[in-house]
Formats: sequence, structure tokens, C-alpha cells
Amino acid sequence: MMAKHGSEKRDRAGLRTWSASHSVRSALPAATSLASLLGLGLLWGMVAGMWPSRALPPPLEVWRVLLKEAASGDLVYHLAMTLWRVAAAYAVAMIVGSVIGVLLGRHRRADSFFNPWLVLFLNLPALVVIVLAYIWFGLTEAAAIGAVAINKIPNVIVTMREGARALDHRYAEMATVYRLGQLDYVRHILMPQLQPYFAVASRSGIALIWKIVLVVELLGRSNGVGFQIYLYFQIFDVAAILAYTLAFVAIMLLIELFLVQPLERHATRWRRRSA
Amino acid sequence: MQPAGVAAPLKVDISEKTFRSAEGVTIVALRGLSFEVRQGEFACLLGPSGCGKTTTLRILLGLDRQFSGSYQLPEGGSNRVAAVFQEPVLLPWRTVEQNVRLALSARLRHKDLDRLFEILGLSSMRSLYPSELSLGLARRAALARAFATEPAILFLDEPFTSLDERTADRLRRLLMAVWAARPTTALMVTHNLREALLLADRIIVLSPRPAQVLGIFEVGLSRHLRDAPALDNLVSDFHKTFADAV
Repeated sequence: MMAKHGSEKRDRAGLRTWSASHSVRSALPAATSLASLLGLGLLWGMVAGMWPSRALPPPLEVWRVLLKEAASGDLVYHLAMTLWRVAAAYAVAMIVGSVIGVLLGRHRRADSFFNPWLVLFLNLPALVVIVLAYIWFGLTEAAAIGAVAINKIPNVIVTMREGARALDHRYAEMATVYRLGQLDYVRHILMPQLQPYFAVASRSGIALIWKIVLVVELLGRSNGVGFQIYLYFQIFDVAAILAYTLAFVAIMLLIELFLVQPLERHATRWRRRSA
Repeated sequence: MQPAGVAAPLKVDISEKTFRSAEGVTIVALRGLSFEVRQGEFACLLGPSGCGKTTTLRILLGLDRQFSGSYQLPEGGSNRVAAVFQEPVLLPWRTVEQNVRLALSARLRHKDLDRLFEILGLSSMRSLYPSELSLGLARRAALARAFATEPAILFLDEPFTSLDERTADRLRRLLMAVWAARPTTALMVTHNLREALLLADRIIVLSPRPAQVLGIFEVGLSRHLRDAPALDNLVSDFHKTFADAV
């Protein structure tokens, strides 16, 4: 009993030193990234200082525009509009793409029938989808979000189909023998196996989606970051263009750091604790 | 403890089961296989490797429906079947306890599992993930899952393979302990004669493929008397009856 207690204590102490060294190790890349970004900013400032031009404003100028736009409330409004479109298109694309992908992965005949459609949609240029969506469904919010989602759905399907093909039949047999309900099957057997594929689709998805959202806004919306960039393009205000772009990139970075990564860590906790 | 499977025995009558190989050749795995397992009895299907034991089990588990013939499962308990597969088949993303509870019906989902975990020596491992367990411990968790469902019948498919002999032996004793706590009609597939003689009430001896029943061996000896010398006697008794089997 004593020995067991002692080893337990030692384990806990080991855990603490491990987590301490772990936090140092995880802080180091963060510091490196920060220094790297700072270096990029300095380089930008130097180049802008050497060749002063309206086409390349210095970082401080961009920062001033950013503060001004933020104070007027415009920045927050347009960022929010873009962010909501990104979120809506992401949700639609991930749900529709996952369902279709899993179905195609499970039913070989449907897969061979629909595969040419998939290849067609994979190769359809984003611009064509957007223009057609606006022509067919009008300059509406639904058309805009739908067009973005359609651009992303084929990629999600391909990734999730791969995941569905790789499902382990032993778990399905276990579920049959022990009569797991549909809901339990999806939650405890299907989703955990598809999670890595979902994470991949989701990662590559969100970057693609926000780029397409800007095009959609430029072509047929009267708000959002894309609309503002188009506006400032017409009056050749590069500082404002950069201010809006960097603000949105910063938001996406925060989402990645504080939403996506913690969620992924939670979903793969059983892997990290493996002995 | 009331014995499960009060209503009916396990009746198996498979007239034929064939496989089609990749080249289109038809292989007969089972032909005219019929036997019964009495209620509350621990029976072993003993036969050489590849004779169709696992195929039989897959049919009884409802995982393979492409066969001609019929079978009748016993009733009682939760009216369910439970299985311990050749591999533990635990979900790696759920803890040991979650794995066990997931197999339970809604009525039993929150039942007290303390005693079961205690018998199997898993009390301190309930919150571990399967990747943190050794194969022997994972097998114990699979046993816990099977017994927790209070099944009408329990199927075991060579549950002690790829373990070292000491661990396998310990697990056999644990299986007997947990089985004694709630005697359940059980059918275990094995090609290990000593294992069958140690655990079973009756041994159903199968021929090589296509599997048929060669005969039944009754292990008359009470389980707690089956020590090493007694097992040696049983082995020679067995070989007297089944000269060239296994």
C-alpha cells in the first residue's frame, strides 16, 4: 500500500515536470512565430521607407487607418458580415459534404454513378458558380452563401468519402452484436472514426471559404470585407485595403488558436494519453 | 443468482454454409452441423484450425446471414447475446467504463458495475483508455462488457489467443470467477484441448472442414477439482474417445 502510494506521488510529480517542460516547449514556437511576424513588419516598413509610394503605405499608416475604421464602427460591421457568411457557408458545406461523402463511401454503386458529377464540380471554377448563382437566384444572401458552399462541398465529399471507406468493420460488428442504437452508433462509432478526416476537410475548408466569400461580396453584396476592398480599390486606397485584410486574417488566426486547436486537442485526447 | 437462459437451450442446425473464393471456387465451410447447448451450460466447440468454428459463431451472432439452415437462441436475462471476439474490439476513443456501458441496453445503462470490475481486477482502470491497457487487461475489459449486458447466451471466440500462457491461465480463472457469479449459457470456440477441458461442462468435437460434429465429450469432473494431474487424466480420457481429433 505504501509503495503504491509512493509511486502514485512520483507519477504526479513526473506529470508536473512534464507539463512544465511542455509549456516551455510550446511557448518557444509561439515566440518564434511572433519574432518572425515582427521581422516581416520591419522589412515592410523598410521597403516602404526606401520607396515611398501610395501603392505601398508603411505599417504605421495602415495601423492608423485600422484605428480610424474601428472607431467609426465600419470595421466591426463589415468584419462581422464577412465572418457570418464564412460561418454559414462553412456549416452548410461541412454538413452537406459530410453526409454525401459518407453515403458515397458506404455505397459503392452510388459512388461510381456520382463520381463524374463530383469530378465536374471539383473542376468548376469558383467564379462561374458565383456568377451563375447570382443570375439564377438573384443577388441574395442565400445565393451568396450557397455559391461559397458549393465551391467547398466537393472537397469535403472527397475527404469524407475516404474516411467512410476506411471505417473498421469490427466496430460495426460489435455494434450489431450489442444492439447499439442508431444514435449511439453515429456518436460513438461513426463520428470518432471520421473525426481526423473531418478535421482535415475543416482545416483546408475554412481558408478556402473566406477567400471565396470575398469574391462573392465583391460581385454582389453591399457589405463585408470584400465589398470594402472593392470600394477602396476604386479610390486606390491601399492602406485601407491592407487594414481590412490584416484585420480579417488576425480574426481567422484567433479562431484557429482559441477554437479549432483546443477542439482538436479535446477530440484526440485518447491518442495523446496513450502509454 | 438465478441462472440465465431458463426458457430454451441453444439449438443449431446449419445444413450448409459456403464461401465463394476470389477465383469463383466454392468452398464448403459447414455441412450438416447440428448441436445443442443446454441452458446454463458452458460448452466448447473444439476443432482444428480453419474447420469453420469462427464461421459458426458469426452465423449465431447474426453477422453472417448467407447460409442455409436455422438456429434458435436461448431466452432469459436481458434476452440479448454477448460476444468476446478474438481481439478485444474496444473503442479506443472511449474509456474502459464507457466501453462497457455503451454495450448495455437503456434499462441497464446506469447499473452498478463495481462488483463486476472488482472480480475482473479492473476497478482502478475504469477511466483508462484502451491504448493504455495491455492485451490481457483489454481482454478483461471485453469480458466485463460481455457479462455486464446480462446476456441470455455468451459467445467466446478464442478469447485467450496471443497471450502468454501465464496471462491466459489467469484470464481463464477470471472467466470462471465471473461466470460463477452469474452462470450464463455459454459457447466458446477453441482449438486448445486443455483450455476446453478446464472450462467446459461439455465439449462439442468438430471434424476438419466442412465441420460436422464428431461427438460430445462430457467433462464430468467438478471445476474446482480440475488441477494439472486431473487435466492430464481428462486429456488421456479424451484421446481414448476421440483418437484422431485435434
